[in-house]
Amino acid sequence: MTLATRSISLAKEEAPALLSGAEIVIKALEYEGVDTVFGYPGGAVLPLYDALYFSSIRHILVRHEQGAAHAADAYARATGRVGVCFATSGPGATNLVTGLANAYMDSIPVVAFTGQVPLDLLGRDSFQEADITGITLPITKHNFLVKRVEELASVIRKAFYLARTGRPGPVLIDLPKDLTLRLAEFKPPQEVSIPGYRAEPRLDTSAVAAAAEAVARAKRPLIFAGGGVIAADAAPELMALVERTGMPVVTSLMGKGAFPEDHPLALGMLGMHGTTYANFAVSHCDLLLGLGVRFDDRATGNIETFAPHAKIIHIDIDPAEIGKNVPADIGVVGNVKMVLRALLEALGETPDVHAWQNQVAQWRRLYPLTYDQGKEELKPQFVVRQVYELTRGEAIITTDVGQNQMWAAQYYLCRRPRSFISSGGLGTMGFGLPAAVGAQVGRPGETVIDIAGDGSLQMTVQELATVAQYQLPIKICLLNNGYLGMVRQWQELFHGERYSQVDLSQGGPDFVKLARAYGIGARRVTRPQEVKPALEEALAAPGAYLLEFAVSRKENVFPMVPPGGSLDQMLGGKKPHETHPKRSG
Amino acid sequence: MKHTLSVLVENQPGVLARIAGLFSRRGYNIDSLAVGRTENPAFARMTIVVDGDDRVIEQVSKQLHKLVDVIHVRDITNEPFVDRELILIKVNAEPAQRGEIMQIVDIFRAHIVDIGRNSLIIECTGDEGKINAIQDSLEPFGIREVVRTGRIAMMRGVRDIDEEEDHA
Repeated sequence: MTLATRSISLAKEEAPALLSGAEIVIKALEYEGVDTVFGYPGGAVLPLYDALYFSSIRHILVRHEQGAAHAADAYARATGRVGVCFATSGPGATNLVTGLANAYMDSIPVVAFTGQVPLDLLGRDSFQEADITGITLPITKHNFLVKRVEELASVIRKAFYLARTGRPGPVLIDLPKDLTLRLAEFKPPQEVSIPGYRAEPRLDTSAVAAAAEAVARAKRPLIFAGGGVIAADAAPELMALVERTGMPVVTSLMGKGAFPEDHPLALGMLGMHGTTYANFAVSHCDLLLGLGVRFDDRATGNIETFAPHAKIIHIDIDPAEIGKNVPADIGVVGNVKMVLRALLEALGETPDVHAWQNQVAQWRRLYPLTYDQGKEELKPQFVVRQVYELTRGEAIITTDVGQNQMWAAQYYLCRRPRSFISSGGLGTMGFGLPAAVGAQVGRPGETVIDIAGDGSLQMTVQELATVAQYQLPIKICLLNNGYLGMVRQWQELFHGERYSQVDLSQGGPDFVKLARAYGIGARRVTRPQEVKPALEEALAAPGAYLLEFAVSRKENVFPMVPPGGSLDQMLGGKKPHETHPKRSG
Repeated sequence: MKHTLSVLVENQPGVLARIAGLFSRRGYNIDSLAVGRTENPAFARMTIVVDGDDRVIEQVSKQLHKLVDVIHVRDITNEPFVDRELILIKVNAEPAQRGEIMQIVDIFRAHIVDIGRNSLIIECTGDEGKINAIQDSLEPFGIREVVRTGRIAMMRGVRDIDEEEDHA
């Protein structure tokens, strides 16, 4: 029955309006305030796309479902709203898997809808059947296989609630095709009831008081800010804490933008490719205040020697994070914004940290990030620095994964939250371009720049068509070294320079021609003096633009803490001037 | 050390898979797991015996809590509780040996629930020590098959497992 005939027949009967499952999905999305969906149609979602046809929701047709998941993820990161993606059953659904795992690792709110074979064909290895709820069990916050159309509206309500509250994360809803054709009444669902779920735990005020006292007593206190600060929109509270206490700030990759990186107390990123001064600060501080971080191994290096002199306060919304990797002396479970407000209130006297600030400033002078541009070879760091200077740190940056990502993190200083969009936990090559799509769709007025690598870009390069179709004015800065650069770097440093399967220089493509084939402006840049004019041209262009920078092929990312090493033992920076005792306990 | 966790979950398909998946991917060792409906048909109770030090158990408990279908987790190891396991043992029993086996069954207050031509099935409930003891005692006759339920447990007295406790 078509939509038109059904509404006529219903009008005659004056029964409550019955909608198909697919129409209920669309209504429920509208009810959640969703205005954009990223997706790709297919057999099992035909009814869903049929209902979408009549909706005002904007659908962005990607060229691969992985792109839909990444775009929804980046849309969420850029806007703070829940990202939504659609895919069909079987391969459509499994193509979402990498993107969902990516969102899960970085705690990003995404709701994914997948088609499924009809209920009576479930479990019979039917055409395009995949057990997607089983497959995504460990990479979603929760998932649902809906079996009754009557519960569809409430499942969708729960899914959005779960995705955005507490520690955010992706939620998947699997929709058997016949269910999307069945009719039911759509009642906008009221309050959600999930007995096993508590989004906001009670704040432990005694732990907050203990934290305030520890901060007040510290002589060398340091803030370690992560993605949780951005997720909780707690940047203003973090700034207030820094202004009140004078504590310097290091961030994780996910925390970039939580605190303006051009602030005198911002020490940049810590960890494997962090700044020397950030890592020295961690190694010497006597109090480390972890805000919305999970003490990931890339951030901490060797756990045994991490922050060896520090009392550790760990504030996180997820109780399971407290003490998971690094034992916390004081753990406070809660939304970072709420906890910081309580902490600011509880904070009496503030410590005298002038000597410590001077020490940190001295490290910054002694061990700056360095690279040698020279006159001929183009250095990737120089390119990123130019991007920063021309945009004054006001653009939204997306990155791929590998060297390009680390140079972006080191040399592009972010001045505001939600402006550095990068695959932190999962480290997904190919994230940058579809992420730029999601960010640009979510923040149409902003300059969105994808700092890409030649290996990564080729993993999702088909999304250039999406960029072209929707005329998204994304600027792609491709750092092309013809290598899987980070793998090559590890082979150079740790595998006796045996460059196994990392040379991408043979086989092309010609990226300039490739971009132009999609109708996207493009230019190749080979010399340092061309960088600025080329960037100016790209930024001034009304539409998308790809700049291919032919960068120095064997440039390495330094400083570098070797895997499992201590943060104060870095390669490539200046020599560490002392060693540290092991952490006790 | 072995801990006994009493886990209240929503009685829905897939819950067991979520919990089993959590244990395997995070590398926790399940010693035994028993599951069944509670007095409220909307909920099921799992009694999970897990091996690990305090830090591991704390993580297990917190990670379980994060599962949306898990309503409540309680480590009752250090609480006064009653625990039981049920075992079915099929043991070789020529007619001449039956008397001796029946004596053992009596001592353990177990039951014979099936008699075959040259075998018996014995049912016994008790804590793990008792179950192990009856199994050992029957070993000399030749055990053909053993099925055990895993431990189920309940706190003593008026306190219920799901009463709120402070989660620090």
